Amino acid sequence: MLTRLLRTYLRPYRRELTAVLVLQLIGTIASLYLPSLNADIIDFGIATGDTGYIVSTGGWMLTVTLLQIVCSIGAVYFGARCAMAFGRDVRSAVFHRVGELSAREVSGFGPPSLITRTTNDVQQLQLLVAMVCTMFVTAPIMCVAGVIMALREDVGLSWLLLVCVPALVIAIGLIIFRMVPQFRLMQERIDEVNRVLREQLSGLRVVRAFVRERAETRRFADANTALTDTALRVGRLQAMIFPTVLLILNASTIAVLWFGAHRVDAGAMQIGALTAFMNYLLLILMSVMMATFISMMIPRAAVCAERITEVLDTEPSVTPPPEPVRALTTRAQVEFRGVEFRYPGAVDPVLRDISLRAEAGRTTAIIGSTGAGKTTLVSLVPRLIDVTDGSVRVDGVDVRELDPEVLRGRIGLVPQQAYLFTGTVASNLRYGNPDAADEELWQALEIAQARDFVEEMGGLDAQIAQGGTNVSGGQRQRLSIARALVRRPEIYLFDDAFSALDLATDAALRAALRPHTRQSAVIVVAQRVSTILDADQIIVLDNGLVVGTGTHRELMETCPTYVEIVQSQLTPEQAA
Amino acid sequence: MTTTTARRPQPPMFGRGLPGMGMPMGKAKTFGPSARRLFGRMRPERFTLGAVVALAVISVGFAVAGPKILGHATDIIFNGVLGRLRHVPGATVDFAALAGVLGWVLALFVASSVFAWLQGRLLTGVVQRVVFGLREDVEAKLHRLPLRYVDGQPRGELLSRVTNDIDNISTTLQQTLSQLLTSLLTVVGVLVMMLTISPLLALIALAVIPLSVYITGQVGKRAQKLFIAQWKQTGALNAHIEEAFTGHQLVKVFGRQRESEAEFRRRNEELFESAAGAQFMSGLIMPAMMFLSNLSYVVVAVVGGLRITSGSMTLGEVTAFIQYSRQFTQPLTQVASMANLMQSGVASAERVFELLDAEEQEPDPAGARLPEERHGRVEFDDVSFSYRPEQPLIEHLSLVAEPGQTVAIVGPTGAGKTTLVNLIMRFYELDAGRITLDGTDITRLRREDLRARIGMVLQDTWLFGGTIRDNIAYGKPDATEEEIIAAARAAHVDHFVRALPDGYDTVIDEEGTNISAGQKQLLTIARAFLADPSLLILDEATSSVDTRTESLVQHAMAALRSARTSFVIAHRLSTIRDADLILVMESGRIVEQGTHDELLAARGAYHRLYSAQFAAAST
Repeated sequence: MLTRLLRTYLRPYRRELTAVLVLQLIGTIASLYLPSLNADIIDFGIATGDTGYIVSTGGWMLTVTLLQIVCSIGAVYFGARCAMAFGRDVRSAVFHRVGELSAREVSGFGPPSLITRTTNDVQQLQLLVAMVCTMFVTAPIMCVAGVIMALREDVGLSWLLLVCVPALVIAIGLIIFRMVPQFRLMQERIDEVNRVLREQLSGLRVVRAFVRERAETRRFADANTALTDTALRVGRLQAMIFPTVLLILNASTIAVLWFGAHRVDAGAMQIGALTAFMNYLLLILMSVMMATFISMMIPRAAVCAERITEVLDTEPSVTPPPEPVRALTTRAQVEFRGVEFRYPGAVDPVLRDISLRAEAGRTTAIIGSTGAGKTTLVSLVPRLIDVTDGSVRVDGVDVRELDPEVLRGRIGLVPQQAYLFTGTVASNLRYGNPDAADEELWQALEIAQARDFVEEMGGLDAQIAQGGTNVSGGQRQRLSIARALVRRPEIYLFDDAFSALDLATDAALRAALRPHTRQSAVIVVAQRVSTILDADQIIVLDNGLVVGTGTHRELMETCPTYVEIVQSQLTPEQAA
Repeated sequence: MTTTTARRPQPPMFGRGLPGMGMPMGKAKTFGPSARRLFGRMRPERFTLGAVVALAVISVGFAVAGPKILGHATDIIFNGVLGRLRHVPGATVDFAALAGVLGWVLALFVASSVFAWLQGRLLTGVVQRVVFGLREDVEAKLHRLPLRYVDGQPRGELLSRVTNDIDNISTTLQQTLSQLLTSLLTVVGVLVMMLTISPLLALIALAVIPLSVYITGQVGKRAQKLFIAQWKQTGALNAHIEEAFTGHQLVKVFGRQRESEAEFRRRNEELFESAAGAQFMSGLIMPAMMFLSNLSYVVVAVVGGLRITSGSMTLGEVTAFIQYSRQFTQPLTQVASMANLMQSGVASAERVFELLDAEEQEPDPAGARLPEERHGRVEFDDVSFSYRPEQPLIEHLSLVAEPGQTVAIVGPTGAGKTTLVNLIMRFYELDAGRITLDGTDITRLRREDLRARIGMVLQDTWLFGGTIRDNIAYGKPDATEEEIIAAARAAHVDHFVRALPDGYDTVIDEEGTNISAGQKQLLTIARAFLADPSLLILDEATSSVDTRTESLVQHAMAALRSARTSFVIAHRLSTIRDADLILVMESGRIVEQGTHDELLAARGAYHRLYSAQFAAAST
């Protein structure tokens, strides 16, 4: 997964990546060349007392140093751009794909999960690429080059590499191996502590009402103690890493000096080569260490890559037709013909054999208990999801043959969860009709019983926070209704859109709505019987089946499910 | 509805922090006092801290002394070789002396590492205990905060202080303290060693410092700016992603996909530019430091070489010095990056301290007791209350609820119905007047005694992450199994619970997504049943509840009300017709009170509400 994602999205930046590689190669070799030059100073300058040689070699060292910094800067530049461009492209691909998905796939993932995948997960991968470009690639180069240089200085000592490098890898590996599960445990315990705190905050009134402060404190203390224990264990392991690494590096130096001394004494090696070898060994060990640490990021990045790929590989279940119908006579008519909707692999369909017709100027109400399939039914009209059998027709054409833009241009949806976007009241109301004049907005607000509070908030330019959290649930719902009204659609879909309104407001709103929707087909999903008593046609859903169709009066005679619902909500005189 | 993606703290990077990575640094408003206060919390640990410093000094001292002694080893080898070059008869490397020196150094290095490890271990303990205490204090503080304070700020904000900020303090302390200490000591130790070897070379090496400070400063300043820009743009982009995904169906149905995608592209591109810039700038620090280190290496190699030939230094001294000068820049860079990290930690500490310093609710009066009788008579006597002084909400309100009566409160949203019942619970303090329970002013009672007498069923059906059994027994932890089941029966929830695979042991997850809204409400009713209070506060739900469950909720609430004084916030007038007293509220005032019949006859506000509903139901 990880490699596939990297290969696909880094391909456009092959040239930059090559540049990073070449520059890092030159830069690393340059910085490795310095100890070798220093060795020359010792062996040919100091030993012979040739000051001229010392100075000229010094000049050469300076040139190499300059070359090194130029290469490093170049590598950092290209590396940074590569990593960020990679992040940008992956993010863009995920965002685009989510845009194509239907409501079914989106709710399958859940919006919060999709958000994390597009933001945090991509960021993790981007970080990995950045680290690899700036540090990880230098490690193998430095390692290989260091080995070559070290061998050039003295082959006889090279067996030390075979001892020191594995020793370092094993030591770090052992500590990290013990740390990784502790890290995971610690994250779980942090989550647990935060969960308790979150619950205490959201349930503050209940905690106090039931006088449970002390018990809550105990619950918290347990979580806190567990977290501290794990954090201590992690901290202690962490405290081991640095001293261990240092000890191995220092011990290696001592070993080089001891065994090198014998070779120098035997005349098999020059003393300058000895110091150079020591430097190379240290460089190699450092690069091995770096590589080990960075490779620790890979498992985490792999998980992120998997989550991202999962989204990218999801095929949208609703796709636009190859030859869409664009022209449509305006009749404001919605028809369901033998509609079935079933989740893939599910035993029972959500909706079965649904046939109904909603006409212009008439209100069609849909009622039924939770899980009866009301929202699913409404979602089929704007093709948020597609039927699995039968068809949904708008103005006589199967919605699957229509151009989605033409189809949705005719629909005004008020969803169950009233969601508003960051901006102003006006920008939200114009969401589906950017050209609407201010008067139209006010008119919509008036119908939606929202004029008063919008005026109080400071008019159309009043700010709306993300999600609409700065207005109450009822206000949000009314603004969401107004937004649909501004669109002047020929089909209205109200999905339980009056639930947060008190009954008086509900009644006033519906009364104001009536003249406005004379040319439109109105489909209302409701839980409250009082909301739909006056509908021209009421459809009673139970377990995905239509169990009754008719007016209130008719259904009271013919439909036991409806009667049951009514009796649970209205006084006998109201029901009559 | 709004989903904030949890920004989990990254697990601490191993060992050395990478300069300029990750989050931009939040800056503390007053760095000094907050930092002092944070360290002040370590006072009880001062002896351990003393030991930590002592261990660090020894460990760093040994580590720093190493290269100098190794220099002697180099000299021993060099002298042997030199002797042979000059054809001194029998000249050879003095292996006995070499073994002695190397043995010494090895012992030093081992000791240094052991001390460093002990130091880190002790410090971890200190840090974790301090953070533990901080968490404990914050949690305890939550229970003493007035609700007014909690309501007054966005919930996410408060939550972030008690979770993210404390996590941040923990990681910062864990990562910085140890390294800051060793880095500083190393700088000092190395400096001393360099000076003792050769003041001239030391001066050359030191010349690099102002240069490196200048470069890190310049690069850092620019990187910081870019990081802030990157942070802002990440926020902007994430906000757009959140909106687009949460409002997915709206974007589609309202035909805004193209605009949404264009906006995304614009923000994504902006983020790319600043992120690439920030990454580049912060990436420069390492090569720059490497360059400076190399530069001083070259100069030291040349000048050192010249001085050896002139006989004023030995080769061992020069190699030792080179080692020191290479060790010198690294801890300096580290101190710089630790300082940045420290900034963000102290900023978090400041936010936590602000919370700890927030005004607390008035302490309970000493020696107050509840009158023995438990009738449940409630009286409001000329009560005034407002959330904000300039916006009076409840003014001069008086009413009496006799034992066993049902008082219904009706009125439009925002009229102050919920506030009224919150005052009985003493969630807020009155501005004027008093409320009495069975004749005693509630401010003279201990809050827990008062609240133990009141049962509350809120619209906001709060359940905690635990089993259904624990949730029902929330108000009475010592309840027997029979009592719990009896309460569940009374609330019509027993049947549904038994239908679950794990019955009463079913664990409710945090969001309570595995049971429906109506069932949650029934559970909170069962909870109130079990607590068996003498006074009840019920807030009817308006949220969409399944119609059949709805009728169960109605029945359960009615059963709960019988023989108890009850305050009911009603949305559906049909349910409260038989209330003993109906209060009609409009913008904080009680505009009418009386029974259903009286109020209908008065043809006032209640009549208007009633006809509106009736009209709603019949036209």
